[in-house]
Amino acid sequence: MDPITSKKRPTFFPEHQEAIYKSLEDKHATVEVDQSDPLSTRMTLNMGPQHPATHGVLRVLMELDGEAITKCRLDTGYLHRGIEKMAENKTYQEFMPYTDRMDYLSPYSNNVALCLAVERIANIESPEKANYIRMICNELARISSHLLWLGTMVMDAGAVSFFIWTFREREKIYDIFDEVAGHRFTVSHSRIGGVNNDLTPVAVEKIKKFVREFPDELKGWHKLLDRNRIFVDRNADVGAIGHEEAIAAGLTGPALRATGIAYDIRKFDPYLHYDQIDFEVPTRTEGDNLARYYCRMEEMSESIRIIEQCFKKMPTKGPIRVDDAKKSYPSKDEVYYSMEGLIHDFMMTDTGVCPPAGAEAYHAIEAPKGELGFYIQSDGTGHPWRLKINSPSFSNLQGLETILDGEMVADTVVIIGGMDPVMGDSDK
Amino acid sequence: MDATIKEAILQKVRDRLGNDLHLVYEEYAYPLLRINQEVLHDTCRFFKEELHFSYLNDVFATDRFTSEDRFEVIYHLISLREQQRFFLKVYVDEENPVLPTVTDLWNSANWNEREVYDMFGIRFDGHPDLRRIFLPEDFKYFPLRKEFPLLGVPGSIELPSSTPDHD
Repeated sequence: MDPITSKKRPTFFPEHQEAIYKSLEDKHATVEVDQSDPLSTRMTLNMGPQHPATHGVLRVLMELDGEAITKCRLDTGYLHRGIEKMAENKTYQEFMPYTDRMDYLSPYSNNVALCLAVERIANIESPEKANYIRMICNELARISSHLLWLGTMVMDAGAVSFFIWTFREREKIYDIFDEVAGHRFTVSHSRIGGVNNDLTPVAVEKIKKFVREFPDELKGWHKLLDRNRIFVDRNADVGAIGHEEAIAAGLTGPALRATGIAYDIRKFDPYLHYDQIDFEVPTRTEGDNLARYYCRMEEMSESIRIIEQCFKKMPTKGPIRVDDAKKSYPSKDEVYYSMEGLIHDFMMTDTGVCPPAGAEAYHAIEAPKGELGFYIQSDGTGHPWRLKINSPSFSNLQGLETILDGEMVADTVVIIGGMDPVMGDSDK
Repeated sequence: MDATIKEAILQKVRDRLGNDLHLVYEEYAYPLLRINQEVLHDTCRFFKEELHFSYLNDVFATDRFTSEDRFEVIYHLISLREQQRFFLKVYVDEENPVLPTVTDLWNSANWNEREVYDMFGIRFDGHPDLRRIFLPEDFKYFPLRKEFPLLGVPGSIELPSSTPDHD
């Protein structure tokens, strides 16, 4: 009896199913199908698209030999919303709230990434204070994203209460964003040419309190996990990849740095004021799941260091947005009390900034998951002619296809957790 | 990004390519070179093996929406040793949009080329597994082409039945 063909095949999107099964069979042409298999240890396993451990709608097809994965295929696209197409039909500022929905675990980084790209192509220089606010919030977003990764990854390895503890800390960051931006989750706080509003004294106090208290929490987690037999055994040598393979597979972010390559855009090509801040880029050489854990944990404490320094260097007074009605929104005071302000507000919403025709620019930031870049081509109107999003989860998921080959099926869940993909970011 | 290193690399590229290099555009931080389609694979190999661009970050396309050379495909290369980003681009004709694959040089081109194929219909010669990546195989259109309507083609694909395994 033929094990695959005799089973009832799914009836939706038949050609898609045929193609993906065929590619699974084609991947390693040298693997021979074992005909003398009385116990039928060879099977094709469909994991997802809605498996709780796939962190979104990711479907993994694995061909198994007993418990080992001989080859695997990732099927993405279940969350594809055509964000790039939408960008072509919106003004730059209108598109910014959409970026919140891409990597929805660290919306602030996405906002800033888009704004920086638009500022580069339209030759806008945002004021110093706005840049420091962006940096502080970016690092908070990094901690928030890493906290979710930590909670879910440890939960995938079997510890549930840990998830609650990381979420308690995340909740504090949500409260900070609520105070800073007026939203807890999809903040949309960055504007082209600056930020929407200044940090309130309450927000500053909340961030400072968080920065004071969080390192202790982190220390406690290190104490719990670093020498924890179950956690270490579950993660050491699991999902290992060497630095050459990692470069070839195009990994980015902590997943790449865990293989020993210190590629961090904050150092590689500094943006905002990262060149004036003293911080380190944590790397490991093992390239396995435990190395990724250490990298991200150390990154969180580096983020705390960065926020502390930002507060020291941030000017106490100064504009938080460019004071040029052709480049940025006027403040709400102007809009409510002057006719010009109202007109400018309307013009910004209706047309927005118009970069020179034929210009093309790329700007990337170090988002929590890796390089997040926006490539913009302009035709001189307020809409981008083409806006390409280079998202970290997409690159990392491609590497996952390489990493999963040869691993055990029980480790899949931990490895996916360790790579920290977000499907909204990958599928775009 | 060191400007002298960038200039040195650019000079090597100019020497190597000569008339096959059409445009050098470096107004916004990173150089963007347009090259002849015929020398694409050789140039990529040159960049990887002699200029140390071992990291291919991205491959993507744009629709220029002109009658000839309608599409362009852009390769985003990074040299970790020299700390440089370079963009290479080629024009592709609408009639027969085929390019040689670079997956033999950088594995990471695999999914990116599939994405370009999925969104623009540009095929890559020699790609090991050129399938659609986001959309189902049954979908007949290429949504990031400019003529594709924002709201989609009505009735272009049937929705999956709510009980997929039921006959």
